[in-house]
Amino acid sequence: MKIVIIGNGISGVTAARHIRKRSDHEILLVSGETDYFFSRTALMYIYMGHMEYHHTKPYEDWFWEKNRIDLLRDWITEVDTDNKQLVRSNGFRINYDKLIIACGSRSNLFGWHGQDLDGVQSLYSYQDLQQLEQNTNRKVDRAVIVGGGLIGIELAEMLQSRKIPTTLLVREKSYWDNVLPPGESDLISRHIREHGFDLRLGEELDKILPDENGRVKAVKTKSGELVNTQLVCLTAGVSPNISWLSNSSIETKRGILINKRFETNIPDIYAIGDCAEFRDPPPGRRNIEQVWYTGKMHGEILGKNIADNNDDQYNPGPWFNSAKFLDIEYQTYGTVYPKNKADENSFYWEDDDGKRCVHFVYNKDTTELKGINLFGIRARHDLFHKWLKEKRTMDYVIENLGASSFDPEFYRSYEKKLIKKYNEEFNANLKLKKRGFSAFLNLINT
Amino acid sequence: MGNSTNSLSIANSDGATLTARQRISLGLAVVGVFLIFLAWLSGNLFNTSNFLWPSLTLMTIGTLWFTYETYAHHPDGIKNNNLWFNSLTNRGTIGWITGILITAFYVCLYFFPSLLGYNPDGANISLIKMFDPISYMIKGEAASQWFVYGVLYTFAILIMGVKFIMKYRHNSYQIFRTISVMFFQFGFAFMLPEIMYTLNESLPYYDWKNMWPLNYYFFDSYNLDKMIDPGFKQSMDLSTIMNEKSGLIGLMMLVWGLLMIFVVSPILAFFFGKRWYCSWVCGCGGLAETAGDPFRHLSDKSLKAWKIERWMIHLVLVIVVIMTILTLYTYFSGSGKFLGVDTYWVRKVYGFLIGSIFAGVIGVGFYPLMGSRVWCRFGCPMAAILGIQQKYFSKFRITTNGSQCISCGNCSTYCEMGIDVRWYAQRGQDVVRASCVGCGICAAVCPRGVLKLENGPQDSRKLEMPEFTGIK
Ligand SMILES: Cc1cc2nc3c(=O)[nH]c(=O)nc-3n(C[C@H](O)[C@H](O)[C@H](O)COP(=O)(O)OP(=O)(O)OC[C@H]3O[C@@H](n4cnc5c(N)ncnc54)[C@H](O)[C@@H]3O)c2cc1C
Ligand code: SF4
Ligand code: SF4
Repeated sequence: MKIVIIGNGISGVTAARHIRKRSDHEILLVSGETDYFFSRTALMYIYMGHMEYHHTKPYEDWFWEKNRIDLLRDWITEVDTDNKQLVRSNGFRINYDKLIIACGSRSNLFGWHGQDLDGVQSLYSYQDLQQLEQNTNRKVDRAVIVGGGLIGIELAEMLQSRKIPTTLLVREKSYWDNVLPPGESDLISRHIREHGFDLRLGEELDKILPDENGRVKAVKTKSGELVNTQLVCLTAGVSPNISWLSNSSIETKRGILINKRFETNIPDIYAIGDCAEFRDPPPGRRNIEQVWYTGKMHGEILGKNIADNNDDQYNPGPWFNSAKFLDIEYQTYGTVYPKNKADENSFYWEDDDGKRCVHFVYNKDTTELKGINLFGIRARHDLFHKWLKEKRTMDYVIENLGASSFDPEFYRSYEKKLIKKYNEEFNANLKLKKRGFSAFLNLINT
Repeated sequence: MGNSTNSLSIANSDGATLTARQRISLGLAVVGVFLIFLAWLSGNLFNTSNFLWPSLTLMTIGTLWFTYETYAHHPDGIKNNNLWFNSLTNRGTIGWITGILITAFYVCLYFFPSLLGYNPDGANISLIKMFDPISYMIKGEAASQWFVYGVLYTFAILIMGVKFIMKYRHNSYQIFRTISVMFFQFGFAFMLPEIMYTLNESLPYYDWKNMWPLNYYFFDSYNLDKMIDPGFKQSMDLSTIMNEKSGLIGLMMLVWGLLMIFVVSPILAFFFGKRWYCSWVCGCGGLAETAGDPFRHLSDKSLKAWKIERWMIHLVLVIVVIMTILTLYTYFSGSGKFLGVDTYWVRKVYGFLIGSIFAGVIGVGFYPLMGSRVWCRFGCPMAAILGIQQKYFSKFRITTNGSQCISCGNCSTYCEMGIDVRWYAQRGQDVVRASCVGCGICAAVCPRGVLKLENGPQDSRKLEMPEFTGIK
């Protein structure tokens, strides 16, 4: 059987690897972006000079031939579902028995006036990074980043590494407050300003103005202010990259529509990763999941299903994610909404220096832990995964917090301060149980 | 569509521009270094001992000021911006020049000390003379090439240690272990042997924290003789007291040396892995972690390099064991030949090829070309032994945190031992590798908090890829 995978990102590659591990099917991995799989999440580090491009490739180049995964660098322009064929950019055709579409996302552009000007760009692909390199090889006195998400803050950090003064226009009243609750959002906003960025909250882009050569000259905000700039980065989120499928009979909405086995409306065609949209998502999950981890899980489950002829459904368990805002790491387990649901309560602790915080969300009646946000603190994924699945109560989690710490050795522990506040707030008298690795092993193995 | 996989198109030096203060401070340090070279090359032209304090002062002030300017104006955090754009740290022209100069220095040091100005039969000149004042201060005699080397080595670890601490000031693990290597270099490797030597010249020059087989001359006849039966010399009051016990001190050295090899080291390695030595105590490691830190990312991460590494390091171990057996054979039997092989010759060849060329010239000279741990990774027999202990008889491992890895590659890039840490992390599998020196930098640079150095029961190591990318 010949399996063709469109997209050599984390989703497509994970699927390919699991199919190869368990079967002898012919595998062809096609992508127009790069010859080899690289880590999109590391794009920023190339620009900042932490790594070179080759460091971002998770597998050495010999890996693919050794594992009999054929690679093709090309764009697919069309899926001919009737004949089970793909059309390449040069018109040649490729046959497939099964097709996995893992074509990722593209940056959102909202039809802003001036979005196509020279010096205006987004950041998603390797080509975008090259463009940024060109755009900043010219003199840039000030850059403007539009949109306050994760890619926006990464871009800000990138530009700062080249000493380019940067203004961030963020529509929300506080940074990323459509995802983060006020405490965390405030902490991050302060940290962004600590780094010297010109952060404009509650400010929207109106239009981008050109100079006489068609290059960007300034942006005008909704409040009427003009900001002179030579580089505008549009980072208002991403959406599934499906426009190239518009002529096919594969059903799409915002993304490629799939069931929990990643099957599209056409037999033998599957979709995974950023480009896929669940018709009926697993409980507590969104229809479209655009993060690295979910793409990896999609790829793993589909790969196993195809190789072993299984029909396992996607059942990912509690949500988790992580990011880094400049110098502050962020981890989340379970779900913490920006505003608690009606049956939820919060406990929030922030360190005196305002750089570490933990936010617990729990059920009002049962005090079952629903989710946790941690900033500036590393926590054990497997332990929180277990606690969430076992529906542990707040008291239990707080007492055992020391076992969940994943900070490096000799770091100041935060649990003592946190439990003090917890006891005060809830009039409780909890005591910390043993911390450290052996305590963790005890808990995870029981 | 451009040639998108050509990484050159993403190389840009703009970001490497320095502020005026960084330039001035760096300039001061460079002038300090330049004075050393001037002293070296000037032969008998100047009284180079006048250069000493200006040079050390300039290097100290310059480096500390540069450190302050570089790190203090930014909030705590990982500071690797523009490393791959900087000619010194990306194997560019400056990197090559630096590598060649250090190599040349080492070649002279080991094989042609007279070219550095060393004159055992009269007054020193040029570089060695420059350091006479300190030598007179500490031990009341003119400097030797090894004394100069010791001073420079210790100076580099101390001053670059401060820079390292400032760079990683948010990370207590890094701070503690750097203070530790600075302490052991200054106290144990430099001061203590010098002091003991002044008190009793007939004791061997003994670094109490150094260990066979890194210290391959430990079992040499002259060394054993000195430890077991030191001669007596009455020159100072204190030493008279010592002398009564000097036989005892020599014996203590011998017993301590053997204890270190067979008891202390295996126990510590069992509880903490090889890091207790390689990145907390050892002098080679100390220099690699401090002065070598700007070059740590230059190590080769390929599978091929790993294969070469395993062959080389274990080969050196086998050779050092054979050599030591031959030396001991000669010591006890009094015969210089074993099965027709001249044992002294074997010892000499080892000292030349491994002890001098590999550990010294290549080990440090190649920092700017192959990273800071070339010797530790490919050559050091001590690391080979500790590595075997770490892999099979130790609680140490690097734990990976569930499925949080984003495969970015920071950990692998900054592993000075060239371990492809990401390969393990993205599978959710613990890193258990003989070569890992436990520097903790992979864990520090990981932007997603995926890695943690831990000691725990050996059977709790995750050696297989767990089901469901890390989560059971
Ligand atoms: C700058 C940046 C930082 C990020 N950081 C994080 C992070 O820290 N954590 C996190 O969880 N997520 C992060 N993400 C999101 C994460 O990278 C994506 O969720 C993930 O890469 C999606 O993987 P994928 O395999 O589904 O798609 P992609 O990685 O987008 O791969 C799809 C590939 O298919 C190719 N392709 C598309 N159409 C065609 C076609 N018609 N023919 C041929 N090839 C085609 C594309 O060019 C692309 O190479 C980040 C994203 C960006 C842009
Ligand atoms: S694996 Fe990590 S701790 Fe071990 S040597 Fe490499 S960087 Fe240091
Ligand atoms: S372990 Fe951390 S540094 Fe290494 S690849 Fe994964 S996320 Fe990156």
